[in-house]
Amino acid sequence: MAASLVRKSLLPVVAVAATAFALTGCTSPSGASSGSGNVKGSTVTIYGADTGTEATELEASWATWAKQEGITIKYTGDKNFTANIATKIQGNALPDIAMFPQPGLLSSAVATGKVAQVDSATESSVKKNFSTDWIGYVTVNGKMYGTPLDASVKGFVWYSPSQFSQWGVQVPKTYADLLSLTQTIEQKTGKPPWCAGFNSGDASGWPGADQLAEMVLADAGASTYDGWVKGTVKFTDPKIDDAFTQLGKILKDPKYVNAGFGAVPSINSTAFGDVAIPLANGTCAMTNQATFLEASFSTTKTASGAVPKVGPNGDIWAFPLPGPSAGQSAVTGGGDFAAAFNSNAATQKVMEYLSSADWANSLITVKNASFISANKGVDSSKETDPLLKSAIETLQNSSTTFRFGADDAMPNVVETAFWTGMVDWVNGTSQADVEKQIQASWPSK
Amino acid sequence: MATIASPSATTARRHRSEGGTLRRTRIRLSSPWATLAAIVLAVLWTIPSFGLLVSSFRPPDAITTSGWWTAFANPQFTLANYVNTLKFTDTLTVWQSFVNSLTITIPATLFPITLALMAAYAFAWIDFRGKDLLFICVFAMQVVPLQMALVPLLRLYSNGLNLFGVQVFPGLNLNSLSSSFAEVWISHTIFALPLAVFILHNSVSAIPRDVIEAAKVDGAGHGHTFLRLVLPLAMPAIASFAIFQFLWVWNDLLVATIFAPGSNAPITKLLTDLSGTYGQQWYLLSAGTFLAIIVPLVVFFALQRFFVRGLLAGATKG
Repeated sequence: MAASLVRKSLLPVVAVAATAFALTGCTSPSGASSGSGNVKGSTVTIYGADTGTEATELEASWATWAKQEGITIKYTGDKNFTANIATKIQGNALPDIAMFPQPGLLSSAVATGKVAQVDSATESSVKKNFSTDWIGYVTVNGKMYGTPLDASVKGFVWYSPSQFSQWGVQVPKTYADLLSLTQTIEQKTGKPPWCAGFNSGDASGWPGADQLAEMVLADAGASTYDGWVKGTVKFTDPKIDDAFTQLGKILKDPKYVNAGFGAVPSINSTAFGDVAIPLANGTCAMTNQATFLEASFSTTKTASGAVPKVGPNGDIWAFPLPGPSAGQSAVTGGGDFAAAFNSNAATQKVMEYLSSADWANSLITVKNASFISANKGVDSSKETDPLLKSAIETLQNSSTTFRFGADDAMPNVVETAFWTGMVDWVNGTSQADVEKQIQASWPSK
Repeated sequence: MATIASPSATTARRHRSEGGTLRRTRIRLSSPWATLAAIVLAVLWTIPSFGLLVSSFRPPDAITTSGWWTAFANPQFTLANYVNTLKFTDTLTVWQSFVNSLTITIPATLFPITLALMAAYAFAWIDFRGKDLLFICVFAMQVVPLQMALVPLLRLYSNGLNLFGVQVFPGLNLNSLSSSFAEVWISHTIFALPLAVFILHNSVSAIPRDVIEAAKVDGAGHGHTFLRLVLPLAMPAIASFAIFQFLWVWNDLLVATIFAPGSNAPITKLLTDLSGTYGQQWYLLSAGTFLAIIVPLVVFFALQRFFVRGLLAGATKG
């Protein structure tokens, strides 16, 4: 009894001692931080939204260069980047460089005054390597605050070339063709041809917002699109309403969706990447998703149990979503932008490298990576993946109208309302109500 | 041993002496219907976790295309998800984030308990002016959501604190470091203190006054009383709060992502990363979850015997 009391009373004493020890340990002075000038041996921290495989690929893309320069680059990926970067900026706990997934987020960061302007070397490199559309995203009030990094192209219809030839159908040239193709496949198979997934946790609904944006850009043209993004063209506008109607011809028709998952509302419960599974095994004939859907195919299986091959004659391939008339080339897409929070020599050096064609080429050639870049210095012949290669060529083609995904370019509150609105629309809320509801989220000026 | 039989004998005796109400309640609660209801509730409550466990052993394409209950009609089980989770790395390996989690959680459990126990002792057994007001303030702090404190705390750590032109606190200057746990520890301690002080105060103040006074008469100072009397007597409350705090810190993602540098991220960060940027590998999450709860389970079962006792000690005395 006495022994057990002693033992019991010793435990907290040990705890107190450990606490005291740990506290002194954590306040001891840290290693020397590097000064400016010589960049060898310095560390640059990068904070971004890419995690998992994509984070490993990013690290691989700059590894060789960083080793040569003697700079240690520490990358931290955070899925809640969008929310946490705001906290970190306000709390003044800043990384050296942040990779913003949306231009809107970058410009609100610039508005806090904490983002450093790029130095002249980076500025000329960005001007040399990117088109005016892209330069515009990193420029605020005539000053350049960052560099575009990677890009993605949205609005691809994924399909199986072998199924298409088996049914004797062709890749459609116009949106009307696409609708009649849908009907043909439905009649031949007796099953819904399309699959879609809007589920993405907190951001559920964005695939729908993307598809609506593609429809607006193709249907109503670039000037309406720009006005819509700025808020001058309302969600209740007949042109936007028409885009909803067009999209609904596929997504709201119980005969046409949701292959492999269930009825129309199952679109909301399907994780957006999961559409790759029925597409790979042949249950689903078509789905609309960005280039990055390719990343999801590596873990799927075809009907015969093999990993599907992506290519024009392979198991899976994609065509750009056709517009009202043939031969149009207007694509929406996304991208990341790097901006620095200080002007240290090493930070500036990394920024310059990230804006260079060297880095872009290194990024697209990382093994199995699904990254592409709008950098004009990218050598598309180095890209081994046929789909990404065609996407790069689309981006580099000077006749392509490129617009950033509308939801990402709109203010944050509208973006969220837009996403929720798409979920409600699938759940059966009337089109007019959804439009009103999203429009109401625009901040009054 | 004869002692095994004794607790039930004692309770039976006590019930007899305490009259009919308690016995009636006891009979009602142990009726077959009540037992059935309890079992049904327990089963319903366990189904989601059980589904998660079944899912974690199913192959990826089965997880993503059909519900876990279909696994019984068409059994296909694999350890691949566990193997892939253990092999997963993005910026940290599973092992590194596991060590990070322990390094964050253990001090972040010990610090608040140590501070709160001392505060609880002071509130209960030392008389000073404004004690009640101060205690109400500490108690009221529980209402403040920690999200509101993130930005001010970050500023304090990085900019320090100046009052009327005098630098009161220089800041920790840890931003340039690629590894430091100090900010996470301090933040978790701050966030835990109000509840810790409250729970431990209830337990410490329940010690009979005679015991404390007897110690005083025998010449024990506050230090002596605290270490020799209060500490051992408050052990059940300490243990039950330790479980709470350990689980909360182990499962925390927000505080750690805000205050810890990337290389010190805990296992919860790895869990969110596991599914990939585009969520294409979410089928790994169930396996990852079961790997991550091993430590909390061990802690819970190790301290479980204190748990109910400690909770009651905190609850009945207001």
